[in-house]
Amino acid sequence: MSGVPIGWYIALSAVLFTTGLVGVLVRRSVVVMFMCIELMLNSVNLALITFSRLHGNLDGQVLSFFVIVVAAAEVTVGLALIVNMFRLMGSTDADHADRLRS
Amino acid sequence: MILLAQAIPQIPWAALSPELALFGVGILVLLLETAGDRRVAASAAVAGLLSGGGLLAIVQLDQVILPALVILAALTQLALTYVWQRRPRVLSALLSALGLLATMGLVAWQWVVVSDGGLVQPQSVLADMVAVDGVALFTRVIVCSAALITIPLGWMYLEDRRVHRAEYYPLLLFSAVGMNLLASSADLIMVFIAVEVLSLGLYVMSGFATRDLTSQESAFKYFLLGAFSSAILLYGIALTYGVTGSTNIAEAGRALTLAGGSALTLAAMGLLLVGFAFKTALVPFHMWTPDVYQGAPTPVTGFMAAGTKAAAFAAFIRVFVGAFAPLEWSWVPVIWTLAVITMLGGAILAVVQTDVKRMLGYSAIAHAGYAAIGLLSVNAAGVGGMLFYLLVYAMMSVGAFGVLSLIERRQQRAVQIADLRGLWRRNPVPTIMLGLFLFSLAGIPGTAGFMAKLAVFRAGLQADQVALVIVAVISSVIAAFFYLRVTVAMIIEDEPDDLAREAPAVLTIGAQAGLALTAAAVVVLGVIPGAVVELSASAASLVR
Repeated sequence: MSGVPIGWYIALSAVLFTTGLVGVLVRRSVVVMFMCIELMLNSVNLALITFSRLHGNLDGQVLSFFVIVVAAAEVTVGLALIVNMFRLMGSTDADHADRLRS
Repeated sequence: MILLAQAIPQIPWAALSPELALFGVGILVLLLETAGDRRVAASAAVAGLLSGGGLLAIVQLDQVILPALVILAALTQLALTYVWQRRPRVLSALLSALGLLATMGLVAWQWVVVSDGGLVQPQSVLADMVAVDGVALFTRVIVCSAALITIPLGWMYLEDRRVHRAEYYPLLLFSAVGMNLLASSADLIMVFIAVEVLSLGLYVMSGFATRDLTSQESAFKYFLLGAFSSAILLYGIALTYGVTGSTNIAEAGRALTLAGGSALTLAAMGLLLVGFAFKTALVPFHMWTPDVYQGAPTPVTGFMAAGTKAAAFAAFIRVFVGAFAPLEWSWVPVIWTLAVITMLGGAILAVVQTDVKRMLGYSAIAHAGYAAIGLLSVNAAGVGGMLFYLLVYAMMSVGAFGVLSLIERRQQRAVQIADLRGLWRRNPVPTIMLGLFLFSLAGIPGTAGFMAKLAVFRAGLQADQVALVIVAVISSVIAAFFYLRVTVAMIIEDEPDDLAREAPAVLTIGAQAGLALTAAAVVVLGVIPGAVVELSASAASLVR
């Protein structure tokens, strides 16, 4: 890892993760919230690969592949739910989904 | 040939057999549903393939019992498919139930194999990825019995709502596989994958009523917060790996003993804690629970409450008591605080609810707090007590939500407490059942709920957590109020005219059997819990 020190990768990953975290909490559009979750998962991938390089073993890289697969599976289920919800409610605003708060 | 045998890693089929069997049945049910009218042909093909493989194994490997069982299973599914070929739902439900029973049989067999003079001997297999220990085996039993009882109890509910579609049973089995894996994962990679397998199934099942806005909303909230909490959990896993250089829980624990508590370690632990607190619904990470429990189809809610809680607590205890034991000073006070506000918050918020399912959702939160006492004891008695608690909670919640799904069916809508007034007059059996489950949830002596609370409270006292136990008792007293309120409404108050005109709930044979099983479990575990308590105590072994 010549050139860029390891700390920078971790810092970038932390910044991306925090961006995603704040995005989920602040934004009200479901699709944007979902994208923020994907951003969080990808920041984890960056951290995992950096640590894998640091420790010189492959555990982190293996996990990052699983994360990619799981993220893809989550998109399938999540987008199906969002599309169905848009059909029923005509909106993808999380604040409109308040039927259950009685 | 010899070289090839060396290159292929040894796979411990026996240790993985419960998951493999359950997953195989799930695939089979899915295949038969997809095959449509050609399901007999598909089933015959599967039977031929499995029997051929079994015969080959008998000839080549000199093993008789296991291949014979495979052949028996193959022929059984063929016979069942042939008999029920015109009733695909009955077929799916039957096959799924048999698969769950077979899985429980395999778990029992494994228990006999690994237990040595009482205590289950922990071991880990598949490159230390999967743990075979008491916690894993006991949780598998909880999950499988919850799924098994959910099938007959949910049958008529799904039929009436016209949402009895083909995917239901495979999804149920797949999320049960995820729960089993989560309970037995000895590696953080497995923890993440298992969490996702169980969640993906449950997201779809919560939104199973595709035309029902409340069901959709619940699925959608569950999905968003579930994925969010998974991401947080995952970042915790990544940081743990960064600090320790291994994703294996036991190895990470050994590395942490040497490393001590650096800032990065504490950050990793905090993120893992938040992730697990989301999954087990500890206050303040509980906000999804009432919404999801209220909106999801009622049988699904019962299964979700029972299974997810058991599996998530098993993983919670494995990661924190297993890996982070050296840092006990840092996480015990945090979980202590969470447990206290969970017990009080869950009970107090439940008091003001009018929707019965939502009320049970808040009560589930309070129960997660009681189970956390077992975790906080950080000793064998605590682990055993927690396992017993989770088993009893699974029976109570599957039973209570099962009765609710029968009553909801009568009214074709969500049940408010006001709708239960005078239920006794026209539906004596469901009333008695619901009353029994509510008494047990409240922890009235003579029911299983009381014995379970006693087990975790005793473990808490042994570990000098006196304040925690006092808070738990206060919370139980508050909780008893709203359970009794429902019971009073059912038995003492008069039935309103519009409800009196409705037909009484129909009890199918399956529903009767499911309710009888759960009620028997609640009564037997409340009166003579000895054997099962000993079993849960002997299951209090973790892979270290």
